[in-house]
Amino acid sequence: MKTAMKKLLPVAASLVTLISASAFADYEVAIAGPMTGEYASAGEQIRKGAEMAIADINAKGGVLGQKLKLEIGDDACDPKQAVSVANAMVNKHIVFMHGHWCSSSTIPASEIYNEAQIPMATVSTNPKVTERGLKNIFRIMGRDDQQGEIGGKFLASKFANKKIAVVDDKSAYGKGLADEIAEGMGSKKPVLRESITAGEKDYSGLVSKLKAAGVEVMAYGGYHTEVALILRQAQQAGLKLQVLGGDTLSNNEIVGASGGNADAVMFTFAPDSRKNPEAADVVKRFRDAKVEPDGYVLYAYAAFQLFQQAATQAKTVKYTDLQKALAGGTFNTVVGKLSFDAKGDLKSPGFVVYQWKGNQYDVLK
Amino acid sequence: MGQFIQQLINGLTLGAVYGLIALGYTMVYGIIGMINFAHGDVYMVSAIMAVTFITLLSALGISSVPLMLVLVLVIVIALTSVYGWTVERTAYRPLRNSTRLAPLISAIGMSIFLQNMVQITQGARVKPVPTLLPGSLELFTANGFTVHLAYTQILIVLVTVALLIGFTALITRTSFGRQQRACEQDRTMTALLGINVDRTISLTFMLGAALAAVAGVMVTVYYGVVDFSIGFVAGIKAFTAAVLGGIGSLPGAMLGGLIIGMIESFWSAYLSPEYKDVATFVILILVLMFRPSGLLGRPEVEKV
Repeated sequence: MKTAMKKLLPVAASLVTLISASAFADYEVAIAGPMTGEYASAGEQIRKGAEMAIADINAKGGVLGQKLKLEIGDDACDPKQAVSVANAMVNKHIVFMHGHWCSSSTIPASEIYNEAQIPMATVSTNPKVTERGLKNIFRIMGRDDQQGEIGGKFLASKFANKKIAVVDDKSAYGKGLADEIAEGMGSKKPVLRESITAGEKDYSGLVSKLKAAGVEVMAYGGYHTEVALILRQAQQAGLKLQVLGGDTLSNNEIVGASGGNADAVMFTFAPDSRKNPEAADVVKRFRDAKVEPDGYVLYAYAAFQLFQQAATQAKTVKYTDLQKALAGGTFNTVVGKLSFDAKGDLKSPGFVVYQWKGNQYDVLK
Repeated sequence: MGQFIQQLINGLTLGAVYGLIALGYTMVYGIIGMINFAHGDVYMVSAIMAVTFITLLSALGISSVPLMLVLVLVIVIALTSVYGWTVERTAYRPLRNSTRLAPLISAIGMSIFLQNMVQITQGARVKPVPTLLPGSLELFTANGFTVHLAYTQILIVLVTVALLIGFTALITRTSFGRQQRACEQDRTMTALLGINVDRTISLTFMLGAALAAVAGVMVTVYYGVVDFSIGFVAGIKAFTAAVLGGIGSLPGAMLGGLIIGMIESFWSAYLSPEYKDVATFVILILVLMFRPSGLLGRPEVEKV
C-alpha cells in the first residue's frame, strides 16, 4: 500500500503541475465597454460577439495551442471607470483587449494599455483615438472625420433647400462627430448649433428652439437614446424632423424607443457585414442562438479573429512581435479584410448612409 | 410669443413631475430628518412597473386608454407603496436610533441595490411603450409657430392638481395627517401620547412612494421610454426642488419643482440647452444664500 502510494505520488504531483500549468498558460483576453448604464445594449452586443468568437476559436484548438479566457470590463462609458477597468485588466495580465466603446473611455484607457504593452482593437470613432502616436491601438472601424464628411456632404446635397441644425451631446464622440458633419456640409451652413446633456428625458426646449427656427433636418452627434426622445417630443410638438447621425444610431433600440418615428432616422455606418458572404456562416449561427448580429456584434467577433490570426503569424503573444504582426498584416475577418496604416487606422474604411425602415435598416439610395 | 407659451406649457408639465417626486423627499425629511436617496430609484421602479403593466394590459386586450390608465395607476401605486414600506422597514428602521449618517449611507446602498436589481431582472435596454395618448391640441399660431398642448400634458397637470388637493386634505383634515404632523414635531412626545410612531413613519414612506409612482406612470406615458438609470437624474432634480422650496415644506416642494421646470424649459429654449443645469443650480445657490432654509422652509429652531 505504502509503496503504491510512493509510486503514485510523483504521478499525482506531475498531474497537478500539468493542470495548473495549463490553467496559467491560458491566454486572458478582454473586452471592455458599457456593460451597464445607458448604453448597456451596445456592451451587450460586444459581449455576445466576443463570447461567440472565443467559443469558436477554442473549439478549433485555441491560439498557439492555448485556450482563450474572456475577461469582461464594465466602464459604463465613464472615463474614470474606464481607467480603473484598464488597470484591473493590466493586473489580470491580458494579452489582447477589444474596447473600449465610447471614445471618451477609450482615450484615457488606451494610455494605460499602451504603458503595459497590451495591443487593443477598438471601434471608437473619435479621430483622437489614433492621433496620439500610441502604437498599441488598432481601430477596426472608420473615423468620425470620415463618417462626418460623408454625412455632411449627403446632407448638403440631399437637403439643399431645407434648414439644418447641428446638435451634439457634449461627449467626445458626439461633439467630434457633429463638428465633422458641420464641416462636411461645406458651404451649406447650419441654422443652429446646439448641445444637449445626455441622459435626461426632457428635450422639449431644444424641440421648440428647432421649431421656432424652422429646422426640418437635424444632424446629431451622439447616441440613439437621446435621438429617440427628441423624435417623440418633436412629434408631440407638431414638428416633422429628420435626423442624420453616426454609427451609434444603428442600435435597434431606437425603433421602439422613438415611438414609431424611427423611419426619420438616417445614419452613417460601415457597409453591412451581415451581407458579407464570408460572414454568412457566422451570421447564421448568431441567428440560431437568437442574437441578431447587428451593430457591433460582428466587430467584436472580428476583433478576436484579428488577434488569433496575428498571434498565429507572430507565433507568440509577446507584445513586440504581436504588435508588428498586427501593424503589418492583412486579416480576413467577418467584417471584411482588415489592414492598418501607420497610425493604426483602417486602410480602406467605408461608410454608407443607412435609413431605418420598420425594424430594419437599409442602405439609402 | 408662441414659443414663450409653448415653453410655459412644457415647463409646467416638467415641473409637475419634479414636484411629485420632490414631495416624497420632503415628507420623509420632515418626519425623520433624513434624505431618502433611494427615493429616485423607487420612482424608477414604478416607471418600469408602468411599462410592464401597460404592455400586459394591452396584451390582455384592454384597448380603452382611460381604463388602462386608471388600472395601471392603481396597480403601480399599490405595488410601489409596498416598495416604499419595504425600503423603510429593511434599510432605515433598524438604524432609527443610530448616528445621523448611518441611514444616509444605507439609503445610498438601497439606491444602488434597486438600480442593479432592475438592471439584472429587467435587462439594461431601454423599455419603450407605444404612445398611449397621441396627438395634441393646436392652441394658436403666432408668427408661424403653432403652439401645441399635448393630451398627455393636460393629463399630467390635471392628475397633479387633483393629487395635491387630495393630499393637502389628507395632511390637514384626517387623523392620520394629525399623527403625521405630530411625529414631525416631536417623536418622543407623540409616542408617549399612544401613537404608533413606527407605523406613522412607514405610512409616510408609503405615501411618498405612491406619489413617486404617479410621477413614474406619468413619465412613462409622456416620454414613452424608461430604463433602470432614470432614477438618478430625476432624483437629483427633485431633491434640488425640495431644497429650493424649503425641505420639510410640502407646498415648498411643489413650488420648487415648478420653478426648476420653468428655469430648465425657458433656459433651453432661449439660451442654450447645454447650460440649463448650471442655471438651475446658480438659482439654487442664490436662494440658499439669502434664504438658507429655502423659499417656504422654516428655519430649524433649537428647542430648549
